[in-house]
Amino acid sequence: MAVCVRQSRKSIINHVKAKMGLLGLTCLSSSMPSLNNDHRTLSAASLAKDLRNQNSVLENKPILYRTRRFDSTKPHQRSGVQSNVANSQFLDFPGGKVAFTSEMRFISESPKERIPCYRVLDDDGQLIEGGINVGKEIAVKMYSDMATLQTMDTIFYDAQRQGRISFYLTTIGEEAINIASAAALTIDDFVVPQYREPGVLLWRGFTLEQFANQCFSNRGDDCRGRQMPIHYGSKKLNYLTVASTIASQLPHAVGVAYSLKMDGKDACAVTYFGDGGSSEGDFHAALNFAAVTEAPVLFICRNNGWAISTPTSDQFRSDGIVVRGEAYGVRSIRVDGNDTLALYSAVRTAREMAICEQRPILIEAMTYRVGHHSTSDDSTKYRPVDEIELWRSARDPITRFRKWIESNGWWSSEAESELRSNVRKQLLDAIQVAERTEKPPLVDMFTDVYDAVPSNLSEQEKWLRETIKIHPQDYPSDFPL
Amino acid sequence: MTVRDALNSALDEEMSADPKVFLMGEEVGEYQGAYKISKGLLDKYGPERVLDTPITEAGFTGIGVGAAYHGLKPVIEFMTFNFSMQAIDHIINSAAKSNYMSAGQISVPIVFRGPNGAAAGVGAQHSHCYASWYASCPGLKVLSPYSSEDARGLLKAAIRDPDPVVFLENELLYGETFPVSAEVLDSSFCVPIGKAKIEREGKDVTITAFSKMVGYALKAAEILAKEGISAEVINLRSIRPLDRDTINASVRKTNRLVTVEEGFPQHGVGAEICASVVEESFGYLDAPVERIAGADVPMPYAANLERLAVPQVEDIVRAAKRACYRSVPMAAAA
Repeated sequence: MAVCVRQSRKSIINHVKAKMGLLGLTCLSSSMPSLNNDHRTLSAASLAKDLRNQNSVLENKPILYRTRRFDSTKPHQRSGVQSNVANSQFLDFPGGKVAFTSEMRFISESPKERIPCYRVLDDDGQLIEGGINVGKEIAVKMYSDMATLQTMDTIFYDAQRQGRISFYLTTIGEEAINIASAAALTIDDFVVPQYREPGVLLWRGFTLEQFANQCFSNRGDDCRGRQMPIHYGSKKLNYLTVASTIASQLPHAVGVAYSLKMDGKDACAVTYFGDGGSSEGDFHAALNFAAVTEAPVLFICRNNGWAISTPTSDQFRSDGIVVRGEAYGVRSIRVDGNDTLALYSAVRTAREMAICEQRPILIEAMTYRVGHHSTSDDSTKYRPVDEIELWRSARDPITRFRKWIESNGWWSSEAESELRSNVRKQLLDAIQVAERTEKPPLVDMFTDVYDAVPSNLSEQEKWLRETIKIHPQDYPSDFPL
Repeated sequence: MTVRDALNSALDEEMSADPKVFLMGEEVGEYQGAYKISKGLLDKYGPERVLDTPITEAGFTGIGVGAAYHGLKPVIEFMTFNFSMQAIDHIINSAAKSNYMSAGQISVPIVFRGPNGAAAGVGAQHSHCYASWYASCPGLKVLSPYSSEDARGLLKAAIRDPDPVVFLENELLYGETFPVSAEVLDSSFCVPIGKAKIEREGKDVTITAFSKMVGYALKAAEILAKEGISAEVINLRSIRPLDRDTINASVRKTNRLVTVEEGFPQHGVGAEICASVVEESFGYLDAPVERIAGADVPMPYAANLERLAVPQVEDIVRAAKRACYRSVPMAAAA
């Protein structure tokens, strides 16, 4: 058994070393945002003491095992400082050395300047500078998927208003976050969503018919009629089924990342949440834990300004979410969430860091929730209509990206009208078919509660069928049995 | 073998057999486990598979569930199940319901274990029994061992099971020694989930119990035997699924039932057993069902009050006698 453990350790180490060789330079290059060097040096020193294997300690080597607890009180880099020196300047408290100061200075509750926001395309979709080069194929797919998502949202929202589905929520205004982040990942990266990220599924190949079937909860539904609309999921596409609980997916993602880490996979976990979700206790636990276990997970926050009717000013008093990263020891970045290219670049880079350095990364994508929270909400009741309109039109991420691809000669108004009308037709057809498809059969009520159907549920199914036979008038006639 | 060693050896063997099994919880590693259940495991399997966590039940439970979603087999230790309250959302909403909500795409092969119920002199927030809380939720399996054989067999079964399992141990039982056969010591030993065990056969009255109360019920049976009452003691082992067949078969034989549990009476395990027997074996009952449970108060601390708040052997003996019409029923009308 010990052999197995050592081998898996070795394979993780070798794998990571291989990655380090390729990307190690990238990780350490000066174009990266500045890192706190003291922290790294500290870790390397304790690592040297700690590792049982004989490989030399790489400068930025990920710590595969957490430093054993005994070391936390040992002084690091003693280098000749003695406690009886008249003006000793630091002390080894548990957790590492801390310099003293005679100036009593409280750290301000708010920074002089907010953390700046990374952007690469200006408001008119013109390239400012930087960003990862994106080829025509990916750019066009990103644009088409964003437009498809927007069209799907409009049509399904209307379907709910017409009473054809019971519930829906849109991603309007946040299409860039969905699609650009999905494009920057690989299919092996495991997605643990909140609920406003169907675009990631769309990018990976979930069909419009599948979306419709889930919303109509019919026989074709991958969820077998178990869930409300928009609670999509696909094991095949590595996208965890949406749950309604807010922020519970954050520690789940860390668990997934831990599993990927143990398997030494070239993949990371990716999880999404909103500005409101960051208030949950699970957010704190997940970030803290991810840092401590050095889990390869991307935390992508869609800071869209609103949690139903709660504006961010009532949600927190920090400079958004990005500043919390440092508090947990998590590297973080703030990105313009309506800039497709900036998002693509940031997520791509974050992914490499997460996997090759085996660490969590926090990305705060600034954006605006153009739509209502859901079909159960009317946001004009708590925010000004012209604010919504501004973000819907002038700040629309899709239009902005369209200008960029058009300026590259990759898109045209013909292509646009063709795409929109095709997608619209496909959606209307999908809805019509989904609406007429049978509901899930009775047996689906009783399966999947456990891995194997327990005897009491088989019994109940039997009784139910008998009861329906004896009293058919008490049950709707269109019940598939 | 003590129950503690039984649990430790079960964990050891399952971790050895399957590299996907790992243990996570507060103090499980360096400290060897708050109750020393995970003694030696950190040294043997390393910190990757025995994780000491920060103090966040919600956090490590959520992470365990996420790891289970992705194919690992976590064993999550709660220092006591009282602390699982801070994680119950993940247990119920993220673990129990996931296989159903995802239509079988996400299975959650996770085990939540730790001491449950009353210990000795630890007050209200450390003495609550959660058997009926978790057993009411479809999607979970809930087990509660009594002896070392139970502990070994049920924990192994729980770890191997693809469904989420809540495994309710008892702090006071950890140090108790039980005889174990060679079969129990074998590494492939397993006890089936959903089967109760008849610890003592009898013909006059059925006594159901789980965890520590099984020991009390057996002592009560000894006392009753001297007075000519032959009690059949059923060790439930599995709270969900409840072995209704064994219980009902026994009641059909003895015609009298006493349910025993440490937890609070309302909506408790005994209430469910009573309902089951009334539904399926009403005609066989010769006396009302007697329910022995903890007092309907948060657990007091003072030793005398604590003794009064928890079922004692004498309570079980008197209940059995009432069921056998050897003494006056408690709610006797004039």
